[in-house]
Amino acid sequence: MSLLVAAPGPPAELLLREAHVLDPRAGLDGAHDVLIRKGVIVELAAPGSAKAPAGVESIEASGKHLFPAFVDPHVHLRTPGQQHKESLETGTRAAAAGGYCAIVAMPNTSPAVDDPTLLRGLIASAREQARIRVGFMAALSVGLGGEQLTEMAQLREAGAVGFTDDGKPVSSAGLLRRALQYQRLCGGVIALHEEDATLSHRGAMHEGAVSATLGLAGIPSISESTMIARDALIAAHEGGRVHFQHLSARSSVEVLAHAKASGAALSAEVCPHHLLLTDEAVRSLDTNFKMNPPLRSEDDRAALVDALRDGTIDCIATDHAPHSRDEKAVPFEEAPMGTTGLETAFAALYSGLVAPGTLTLACLVTRLSDGAAVLELPTPTITPGAEANVCLIDLAASWRVGEAGYESRSANCCFAGRELSARTLLTVAAGQLAYRAPVFATSVG
Amino acid sequence: MRHLLSIEDLSREEISGILDRAAFFAQVADRRIKKVPSFRGRLVINLFYEASTRTRSSFELAAKRLSADVLNVVSTGSSVEKGESLRDTVATLSAYGPDAIVIRSPSAGAPGLVAGWTHAGVVNAGDGKHQHPTQALLDLYTLRERLGTLEGRSIWIVGDVLHSRVARSCVQAFTAMGARVTVAGPPTLVPGDLAALGCEVRHTLDGIGEADVVYALRLQLERMSESYLPSLREYAANYQIDARRLSSHQLLMHPGPVNRGVELSGEVIDSPQALITDQVRAGVVVRMAVLFEVLAGVHALQAAAPELAGVAEPQVA
Repeated sequence: MSLLVAAPGPPAELLLREAHVLDPRAGLDGAHDVLIRKGVIVELAAPGSAKAPAGVESIEASGKHLFPAFVDPHVHLRTPGQQHKESLETGTRAAAAGGYCAIVAMPNTSPAVDDPTLLRGLIASAREQARIRVGFMAALSVGLGGEQLTEMAQLREAGAVGFTDDGKPVSSAGLLRRALQYQRLCGGVIALHEEDATLSHRGAMHEGAVSATLGLAGIPSISESTMIARDALIAAHEGGRVHFQHLSARSSVEVLAHAKASGAALSAEVCPHHLLLTDEAVRSLDTNFKMNPPLRSEDDRAALVDALRDGTIDCIATDHAPHSRDEKAVPFEEAPMGTTGLETAFAALYSGLVAPGTLTLACLVTRLSDGAAVLELPTPTITPGAEANVCLIDLAASWRVGEAGYESRSANCCFAGRELSARTLLTVAAGQLAYRAPVFATSVG
Repeated sequence: MRHLLSIEDLSREEISGILDRAAFFAQVADRRIKKVPSFRGRLVINLFYEASTRTRSSFELAAKRLSADVLNVVSTGSSVEKGESLRDTVATLSAYGPDAIVIRSPSAGAPGLVAGWTHAGVVNAGDGKHQHPTQALLDLYTLRERLGTLEGRSIWIVGDVLHSRVARSCVQAFTAMGARVTVAGPPTLVPGDLAALGCEVRHTLDGIGEADVVYALRLQLERMSESYLPSLREYAANYQIDARRLSSHQLLMHPGPVNRGVELSGEVIDSPQALITDQVRAGVVVRMAVLFEVLAGVHALQAAAPELAGVAEPQVA
């Protein structure tokens, strides 16, 4: 995991007794005693058969689920420059609380991560502050200006996972084409925020009946899907590797399915809020429901769920986008776009899609770490000999979002106030204990 | 009534109650002394973040006719440009102990936010392209004076409905009182999604002869630069209400200020069918009625739970 870094800490020494282990990629779905020594999974034993060696903490996990920890290919850690919203420390702490073992931060910081020296400094800071592994995307264009390519090869050498101007589209087809040509030299996935600014023009929410009623300028679905169509063709023409970020619309899914069928090297992600909420939520004018791309119609939402299930959409990303309370405590049109998501992704999706039977638990768990392969990073696995990257979750425990505060520095969560099922009890990331729920009792053997 | 944020918040009965009270105040307006002493010593703050002549002045006059004190706070530009947030401004003004805050904002939902940040009653005097409830109420009052009931009447709203808070409030208000509403204008400015408001959507004026009332909207001249319209000339050719399109049995309304020769021809503005000055006159008495309801609501709250009403309790004169 050379592109991902975390602060060093003591390796985990744990015995998780009688946990229900679900790792569909490893073919596991049943109760096991899982022994972790020196941060490595050493044994999957029959339930109740293993004894904790000296110095190993024994955890009664009967009735709880153990998953490969999640990987988020798309978060905003606001570092450098906007640490009043989030820091490497608070952002990775929030991720650990959500069951994540690795996250990838976007470069639309202040200044943007468009310079190898800046990137090296950021990676050095992460080595001191990150609770879980974190990787960094570099900007595709200098200053996210959409005009001049960054030093992509040197940025890769400095540790960039890939390239993106996320937050903004790459409006110039010519620039994207050059970046894809350059990708042959340096590698690294090119991730695209798809939006035709002449169509989304000053929009604050999805264009439809709700925006018409509220008098808010609308962002039509075609502002996203037309750009996906364009860029899929450019990627295919150049034989490049492109990842489409935060899909929000049925038309985007249809364009993507068509492009994938023709053999282009494409992938896509979808966010929990787009899988669970619609523009109806915006009727309240609550700024926690303002994000880009916007919450769309029920038909769009249903299409995204189907696409996630059938694999047209490869993985789940939170697009965790923290903003301070003051920045969001303004009228809807003036508020910045974005919702936090790391601490609620699994619980919200489990409660909203798995519990009612819309999506299988196996599919959800898989898609929550499929982002690793999408960005050419190692996928967590519950296999003897593998580094421990696992999360222990109590599916039956319910909690109210925000009631006990957040690990994130920001509280702009679109699920705030909701009663959700599923609590993270424990997260082991990079072989280290990264999170333990405050209420979770244990016994040291 | 605690606040007036949107027409949607009002039942048909509540609307009728406001119009009845406005009719009472209209009688007072004909007296030599035009003031009623109801709210002597009460404080109404007009907080206007957008330029406005008639709405601000009619709210000011309405508050004065109720014997309340009035403070006008006018600010142009967004709170960000100004450097003080709306929340901080409201906290500052609330320290004066207002009983009501009348707010106009370029942003949808601002009055609702203000209502959460102050003990005062809040009246929406226009928020973005969202709502302008007192305009819709004064239009209802004007029509009731002329037509009696609106039940079964046909009202056509013509023009830039997409960008009009007046249109949104009026569609809801007119339909709430039993009228059938049609919105008409160019497809760029009258999207089909507007049917969600409960009106019919048309893109030509064919059939406008069936309307009892034709309500024309002001055309903002910046719509040309944003490519919503190719030219004023083309707009006027297709959508201007003129003597050719307005028959003698139809009433004509406009929220003002009028672009003469654009959405309305000069001859119809000056015709006896035009209710435009009646609308302005109704503005004062309807806003008196709205302030009366809100101030009475605040008063009731203060009487019931003084601790909830903060420091706003005025001395009884």
